[in-house]
Amino acid sequence: MSGTSMTTRAWLLMLPLLAVMIAVIGWPLIDTIHLSFTDAKLVGTAGNFVGIDNYVKTITGSNFQRTLVTTAKFAIISVFAEMVLGVLAALLLNQEFRGRTMLRGLMILPWALPTVVNATLWRLIYNPEYGALNAALTQIGLLDAYRSWLGEPGTALASLIIADCWKNFPLVALIALAALQAVPRDIQAASLVDGAGPFARFRFVTLPYLAGPLMVALVLRTIEAFKVFDIIWVMTRGGPANSTRTLSILVYQEAFSFQRAGSGASLALIVTLLVAVLAAAYAALVRKTAGSNT
Amino acid sequence: MERKSPLFSIFIHACALLLAVVILAPLVWLFVMSISPAADLTAKPLSWWPQTVDFSRYAVLLSSVENSAGAAFVASLINSIVVAGVATLAALALAIPAAWAVSRTPSVGWSLYMVIATYMLPPVALAVPLYFGLSHLGLLNNVFGLALVYLTILAPFTTWLMKSGFDSIPREIEAAAMIDGAGLFATWRIITLPLAAPVMATSALFAFLLAWDEFFYALLFTSDLRAKTLTVAIADLAGGRVSDYGLIATAGVLAALPPVVIGLVMQRALISGLTSGGVKG
Amino acid sequence: MLKSKRNALLGATLVGAFFATNAYAETTLNALFMAQAAYSEADVRAMTDAFTKANPDVKVNLEFVPYEGLHDKTVLAQGSGGGYDVVLFDVIWPAEYASNKVLVDVSSRITEDMKKGVLPGAWTTVQYDGASYGMPWILDTKYLFYNKEILEKAGIKTPPKTWDELTEQAKAIKDKGLLATPIAWSWSQAEAAICDYTTLVSAYGGDFLKDGKPDFQTGGGLDALKYMVSSYTSGISNPNSKEFLEEDVRKVFENGEAAFALNWTYMYNLANAGKDSKVAGKVGVVPAPGVAGKSEVSAVNGSMGLGITAVSKHPDEAWSYITFMTSQAVQNQYAKLSLPIWASSYEDPAVTAGQEELIGAAKLGLAAMYPRPTTPKYQELSVALQQAIQESLLGQSSPEDALKAAAENSGL
Repeated sequence: MSGTSMTTRAWLLMLPLLAVMIAVIGWPLIDTIHLSFTDAKLVGTAGNFVGIDNYVKTITGSNFQRTLVTTAKFAIISVFAEMVLGVLAALLLNQEFRGRTMLRGLMILPWALPTVVNATLWRLIYNPEYGALNAALTQIGLLDAYRSWLGEPGTALASLIIADCWKNFPLVALIALAALQAVPRDIQAASLVDGAGPFARFRFVTLPYLAGPLMVALVLRTIEAFKVFDIIWVMTRGGPANSTRTLSILVYQEAFSFQRAGSGASLALIVTLLVAVLAAAYAALVRKTAGSNT
Repeated sequence: MERKSPLFSIFIHACALLLAVVILAPLVWLFVMSISPAADLTAKPLSWWPQTVDFSRYAVLLSSVENSAGAAFVASLINSIVVAGVATLAALALAIPAAWAVSRTPSVGWSLYMVIATYMLPPVALAVPLYFGLSHLGLLNNVFGLALVYLTILAPFTTWLMKSGFDSIPREIEAAAMIDGAGLFATWRIITLPLAAPVMATSALFAFLLAWDEFFYALLFTSDLRAKTLTVAIADLAGGRVSDYGLIATAGVLAALPPVVIGLVMQRALISGLTSGGVKG
Repeated sequence: MLKSKRNALLGATLVGAFFATNAYAETTLNALFMAQAAYSEADVRAMTDAFTKANPDVKVNLEFVPYEGLHDKTVLAQGSGGGYDVVLFDVIWPAEYASNKVLVDVSSRITEDMKKGVLPGAWTTVQYDGASYGMPWILDTKYLFYNKEILEKAGIKTPPKTWDELTEQAKAIKDKGLLATPIAWSWSQAEAAICDYTTLVSAYGGDFLKDGKPDFQTGGGLDALKYMVSSYTSGISNPNSKEFLEEDVRKVFENGEAAFALNWTYMYNLANAGKDSKVAGKVGVVPAPGVAGKSEVSAVNGSMGLGITAVSKHPDEAWSYITFMTSQAVQNQYAKLSLPIWASSYEDPAVTAGQEELIGAAKLGLAAMYPRPTTPKYQELSVALQQAIQESLLGQSSPEDALKAAAENSGL
C-alpha cells in the first residue's frame, strides 16, 4: 500500500475517536470560551456579551487569589509528599524480606479504592467527637483531648493532604518499583565494588533510571491535584471559613450554586490555562531529563 | 546489597511492617465500622473491635424491597456497572482502530497527542456546555448520556495503552496475513487482536476503574435512581442524615469491593499497564 | 451520528412505550426530598406508600439528598427533560425559584379550606410576590433543647429565658465539672450556621436587609455574631460546633455530652424516645431564648414546602401527591418528627400525646418565627455570611470586619 493511502486509512481509523472527542470535548470547550465573555445564567437568560469583564472581575477578586493559593498549596505539598513517600516505599519493596510479595500486592488497595469512598472513610476517621484518629491518639497518650481536625484552618488542609497522599503514594511507589527493577544488577554490583556509599549509589546509579517514570507520575499527579474536587467536596466542602476551597470548588459554586454560567466559565478557563502552563513546563522538563539519560 | 547486617535486616522488616500498617489500618477500620453496632462507634473510649459482629447493614443496603433505601442503593450500584461497562466497551471500540492507526502510521500520531492533552482540561471547564448539550439531547439523568461523557475520559487512556500493545506486535506477521488475502478487519480478528488480548484486557480494566471512580460529572448530570451512580450515592449518604456511621462504612465497603477485587486479582496486568505508559513514554 | 442517535432514541422510546402500555397506564412521578432533619426517610417512604396504595395508577420515585445538595439538584434537574415533578424547597428559595421559573405558581389550586386551615406562618414559606409556589409541608424552627438531668445536677431550676442566662447556666455546669463544653451548635460552613445566626438576630432585634441593602453589619446582626463568638471563645460551647451539622449536634446531645443544644423539632422525639439515645426521658425543650428588653423568645423560620417544577409533565398528579403529603390526616399521623401545618392539629390529643412539652414550646416558637432575607440572590448572601461567621469564630477577623466584608460580597 502506498504512503498516502496508508495515511488516508489511518485517518479513517482515527475518525471515530476524533469525532467523539471533538463533539464531547472540543465543542463544549469552544462554547465555554464563548460563555466566558457573556453574563449568561445557568437557567433562564442566554446572556449578553460583556467583553473581558468576567476575566477582570475574576482575576482581581480576592476569592480567586485566595483559592489559587489554597489550590497551589494542596497540589505542591501533596504531590511532593507522594513522590518522596512513593520512592521510599519503592526502595523498601525492592529489598528482599519475608512477605515482600504480599506487601506489594497490598499497595494496589488504596489506589483501587474509589476517591469518594476514600474521602468518606477519612472524614469518619477525622470526626471530632467519635473519630478513630482522636481515639487512637488519646489512647496512646499523644493527645490530651479530642480535637477538630477538619474544623480548624490550621489542620483542615493538612488533613485533606494526608488523606489524598494515603491514596496516591502507593501508585507512585508501584511505578518507581517497576523502574527500580529495570536497574541492571551488574551495574549495582559494580558500584558496590567501587565503594560508593548508599546515597551516592542512589544518586548516580538508581535515580537516573527513576527519573523518567517519576517525571510522568509527577506530571499526572500535579494535574490531578490542581483539578481536585471530589475529596474536598466530600470532606469539607471548602470549609472552615473557605480555607480548603480549591479552584474547582470555586468554579462549581460560581457556575452551579450561584448559577452565573458566564463568570464560572471564565474562571474555569483560567484554571485550564494554569494547568496547561504547568503541563507544558513539565513536558519541557521531561524532554530535558530524557535527553540527559541517553 | 549482598552484605546485609542483621541490624539492616531488622530495620527493613520494621519499615515493611510500618508500611503494611499504614496501608491496611484505614481499610480494616472501614470494614470494622461496617460490622460494629452503632453504639460501639460512638463509645468513648472507642472500642476497636465489636462486642457482637453485626452484618445486618449489608442486608439493609442490598435489600430489594421496593421503595426502600436498599433499593435505591442497589439501583445506583447497577447504574455504576452499566455506565462503567458501556463506557469501557465504547472506549475499546474507539481505541482499537485509532491505536492501530497510530502504531502503524506514526505520521498521524500528533492527533493522538492532542486527544491525550484533553486530560489536562478540568471537568469544570466543560461542565456547563455539556450540561446544556446533554439537556438538549434529552440525555441528562441518563446512563447513556453519562457513559458518553465518560467515554472521552477513558478513550485517550485506552488508546494510549493499546498503541503500546500494538507497537510490540511485529508488522511482518500482519503483512503475511494480508498477503494471503485477508482484509484489514480479518487480519485484526485473526492475528492482531488475539496477540493484543492481554493489553486489551488491561486497558478495559483501567477504563472500568476510571469510570467507576468518577464523581464530578455524575454529581452534575444525574439526579435520581434512573442514573445516579454509586459515588454520588455514597457522597449523599455521607453528607446527609445517616446517624449510623456503620451504614456509611458499609456503603463504602460495597463500592470499594469490585475495584479492590479487580486490583488484587489482576495486579500484575494493572501494574504493567501503569508502568508501560511511564517507562516507555 | 446524530441521526443514528436519534433513531436509537426513537427505538428506545418505542420499546419503552410498548412495555408501558402493556403493563398498565400509569404515571410516574419523581420527587426530591432531603435526608436531613424533619421527617425521616422511612417516614417519607411510608407516606408515599400510603399515597400509591390509594392511587394505584401513580408511581412515585423518591430521591433523597442531603440538605446541602437540595438546591443545586433542583436547579440542575431543570435542564433534563424528565427531571423531578415534585421538589422539596426551603423557605429561602421561592424568590429565586420564582424569578428563574423553576417552580410553577399554584395559587389557583389552593382551596379555601387549605387557606383557612393552615397556620398563617406556614404560608409565608411558599409565597413570593403575592403568589404561592407550593404547599408548606414542614413547619419548623430551632428550639433550645436541654438535658434535664445535667441541669438538675447543676442546681438549675428553670431553663434559660434569655441568651445571657444560657451563658450563665452553661458556665455553672462547666464550673461544676459536669461537662467541659455544655452547649452544642451547628456552625459548620453551611446553611445550618445561618439558621443559628438568624435565631440570634431575631433575639437581638436585628435586620438582614433594609431597602434591599445589607443591614446585618450593625445593630442586632452584629450583636448576634458577637454573642456566638463570645460563647465560642469562653469555652462554654463545644468547639467542634464549627464543623457540626444538625445531625452531629443530635449525636452529641443524645450521647449526653451537651447540656444545651439548638436544633430542629425532629430532635425531640429522637433524643427523648429513640433507641440509640442515652438521654431518653431526660430531654427538655423550650423556645430559643430572648434578649432582655428586646424579645421574649427567638426563632428562625426553617419551614419547607413542596412544589411542582416547571418541567413536570404531570402537574395534576403531582399536585394530588402534594395535597396528600400535606394533608392533615397524614401530618397528624407522622407528627413525631415534624409538627403539622394545620392549626387545629395542635388541639388534637392524638398529635399532642407524649410531646406536650414540644407542643408548648412550638406554640411560642412558631409564632415568633423570623425569616431569613427574601432575595433571588439568597445563595450568595448566605455563602458570604457563612464565611463571616466562621472567620469570626476562628478569630481570623473581628465580627465587625467580617460582617462588613460579607455585606460587600453578598452581591446585593
